[in-house]
Amino acid sequence: MSIVSSYGTDDQGALAHIIRYVLPNSLLNSLALTAGVCLLAGAIGVTLAWLTVSCEFPLRRFFAWVLFLPLAVPGYVMAFAFVGLFEYGGSLHSMLRHYRADSGWLLNVYSYGAIVLVLSLVLYPYVYLLARNAFQTLGQRSIEVGQSLGLSVRQSFFKVALPMARPWIAGGILLVAMETLADFGTVAVFNYDTLTTAIYQAWFSLFSLSAALKIAGILLLLVVVVTVLERHSRRQRQYAEGRNAARNTKRLQLGFGAQTAALLFCSSIFMLAFVLPLGQLLYWALPNLSQELTVRFWSYVSGTVLLATLAMFVVVSMAVALAFIARQKKGLVVTSAVRLATLGYALPGTVLAIGIFVPIGYVDHWLQSKGLSSGLLQGSLLVMMMAYSVRFLAVAYTPLENNLLRVTPSIDLASQSLGVAGMAMLRRVHLPLLGPGIVTAMVLVFVDVMKELPITLMTRPFGFNTLAVRVFELTSEGMWERAALPALAIVVVGFLPVYLLIRSTEVSPSVRASK
Amino acid sequence: MIHSEHVLASKAKNYFSVEQLSVGYESRILLADVNFHLSKGSIGCLLGPSGCGKSTLLRAIAGFEQSLQGRIYLDDNWLNRPGRTVAAEHRNIGMVFQDYSLFPHLSALENVRFGLYGLSRPNAIAKARHWLGQVGLANKEKAMPHELSGGEQQRVALARALAPEPELVLLDEPFSSLDLEFREKLSREVRELFKASNTTALMVTHDQHEAFAMADYIGVINNNRLEQWDDAYHVYHQPVNQSVADFVGQGVFLKGEIVADNAVKTALGELSIGDDYLQASVFSVGDIVQVLMRPDDIIHDDASAMQARVVARYFRGADFIYTLAISGGEEVLALVPSHHDHAIGENIGICLEIDHVVVFPNV
Repeated sequence: MSIVSSYGTDDQGALAHIIRYVLPNSLLNSLALTAGVCLLAGAIGVTLAWLTVSCEFPLRRFFAWVLFLPLAVPGYVMAFAFVGLFEYGGSLHSMLRHYRADSGWLLNVYSYGAIVLVLSLVLYPYVYLLARNAFQTLGQRSIEVGQSLGLSVRQSFFKVALPMARPWIAGGILLVAMETLADFGTVAVFNYDTLTTAIYQAWFSLFSLSAALKIAGILLLLVVVVTVLERHSRRQRQYAEGRNAARNTKRLQLGFGAQTAALLFCSSIFMLAFVLPLGQLLYWALPNLSQELTVRFWSYVSGTVLLATLAMFVVVSMAVALAFIARQKKGLVVTSAVRLATLGYALPGTVLAIGIFVPIGYVDHWLQSKGLSSGLLQGSLLVMMMAYSVRFLAVAYTPLENNLLRVTPSIDLASQSLGVAGMAMLRRVHLPLLGPGIVTAMVLVFVDVMKELPITLMTRPFGFNTLAVRVFELTSEGMWERAALPALAIVVVGFLPVYLLIRSTEVSPSVRASK
Repeated sequence: MIHSEHVLASKAKNYFSVEQLSVGYESRILLADVNFHLSKGSIGCLLGPSGCGKSTLLRAIAGFEQSLQGRIYLDDNWLNRPGRTVAAEHRNIGMVFQDYSLFPHLSALENVRFGLYGLSRPNAIAKARHWLGQVGLANKEKAMPHELSGGEQQRVALARALAPEPELVLLDEPFSSLDLEFREKLSREVRELFKASNTTALMVTHDQHEAFAMADYIGVINNNRLEQWDDAYHVYHQPVNQSVADFVGQGVFLKGEIVADNAVKTALGELSIGDDYLQASVFSVGDIVQVLMRPDDIIHDDASAMQARVVARYFRGADFIYTLAISGGEEVLALVPSHHDHAIGENIGICLEIDHVVVFPNV
């Protein structure tokens, strides 16, 4: 709201500068980046999904799940690991020169292509996840239908399976688009100007809140478009989702050449997106371990844990309350309230941070005029919690909602007919059924807050540091080696939700099938 | 609504009664003015096509749904009267749901134990075990609902509803998701279980075979009302109107003319009319009426002079149901043992085995 209303006010100097010099460039960059990442991440995700679901080659099962792992690596970590790997004088150059090989062919790490590659390697798992889902539920059956109508396996894939999977693939790519538009940390490492970095600059370098708000407005517009498209693709998926197809259909047996190609493709993506960047981080972090494991490092860790734990409890409690309200009272008002409340996930952190800052600023001014000390609210934990709640409510709500769906209305009635109602029903039926969902929601929120960069960076109290902020500060000064340890810590904790994700996608279908 | 006398006679020892009950919404009344009674230990069944409001009626009795009008009594206590209702959890009515609705986080035994919170832990466990044993699942105590087959889940749901010893058990289409063969077996077992434990039960179904297999009393619901509440035999043999006759069992209507006080003339000859119907409906000589013919009223007899032509045949294993064209162009159904194998177009001899026919006004 504050962003939209900002179009009334004006702030001459800085604004003019931004409109003339910053905005066109960063808007163009944002759009070009989004287009490039969507294409590349989409291609990687769909190919990997098809290979691991419907084809048979050595190590298929291994790749099926390790290819999810890049989800644990935040974009800004992958970015500076890549810079370290590919930069002139970086690891790969040195290694090649050591063996007297030519290193001129290596990727220029400060190019558009490099940023697209890095973001694609971080974000392809969204497409991979959804496309896998599609191929598992409709793909194999659709190939059989194609074959029964006289198409070869290859033809069936292109004529039947791929078109049928379109809503899933589109959904995955739109998520990628959303994340790319919202990305701040990755592009900041490459000094690539996009709308998010423009917002940050307008605020922190030019101190023009109104200019920041206006850029945020443009970004918001783009995000709204993508969000609407994403909702649309979700609805299409609902229509297409039929009965769970049989899972034991045989996979396509690849010839030797194709097997080698598949193996090579999967392993090179895995190397690029996971092994190499992690290796680089370890290479940096290990030699300086004793030097870096100081009291200061632990203060970042404790700051992160404190913040993430607090946010976890605040956000998950709100989500539980929301889930129960939505369950008890079904109506347009409640449904739209839930929609609205969970829409925050689509908001880029930079937009959200300044969006929440403006009303808080007004309240602060008002408090000041009443004679209270200034800056009571600005940059306080309370503001951070508000921002996190808006951003991550959807993250916590989804697993709870999924678990509540298992509780059919007649389960409530069954409990009632056995004399158990009200609080007793909540305690004996609802909470046990929600339990796993609550745990999942807590883990997801904890890790997301821990990895979160722009909101933390822009709303934190002065001097309050988290691992993510520390990584940002060090990398913006080019101190890759020193940023490696906090980055590794983030990645390691980040494995937790990836593990949960893999478990839920790979295990639950078989549980469902046995029902 | 017509009560036969044998039902009226038992009204004195009513255990569960529904009086002038209406259910639905203010804008659309699903069922109006429903009246029926059950004595302790008897099994009632509401039979009707899907969407007729029978499930809503059951839910109103359970307390999940508000009724618009009327009263419900159980064991001399009212559950529901204008403006006041007893909450579902205080009605002491057990319910078995169509989808079973077992608690997915609890094992079979824990599901059965769920309603036994008034007992000490060992007593509750012992009792839950007893009921799980009663439904033949003593060896599945620890199984989680998703590890059980549909029939087993149904049994657990049944044990769960029976364990707190409710005053009344309601069953909503309890066998609809089981396969046909298993349905009959389980409905027989459930009936025996109810009879052995003197349980009063009311179920809802659209399947008349299920109703006949389970129930002592059957209520036929159609056209937004309870059209007949009677024992199973009378619902079949003395339906109160054409729609009940049509819905329950197979049969056709022949055109007839009243020729005397208790006789009707049809294409199959002159037949005598059942006493009940002479009282219930006023016919005078010369009236054109409809005469109900069940397949079991017509016997195949090669020696008979009355001939009919086979129009269609439906083989059911032990018997055939033949559709036969009789003189005058009308068609009747005949239930014939399966060793009498006749081809379509063939003429066969038939005779009637029927004491009194049921007649309805011509519409």
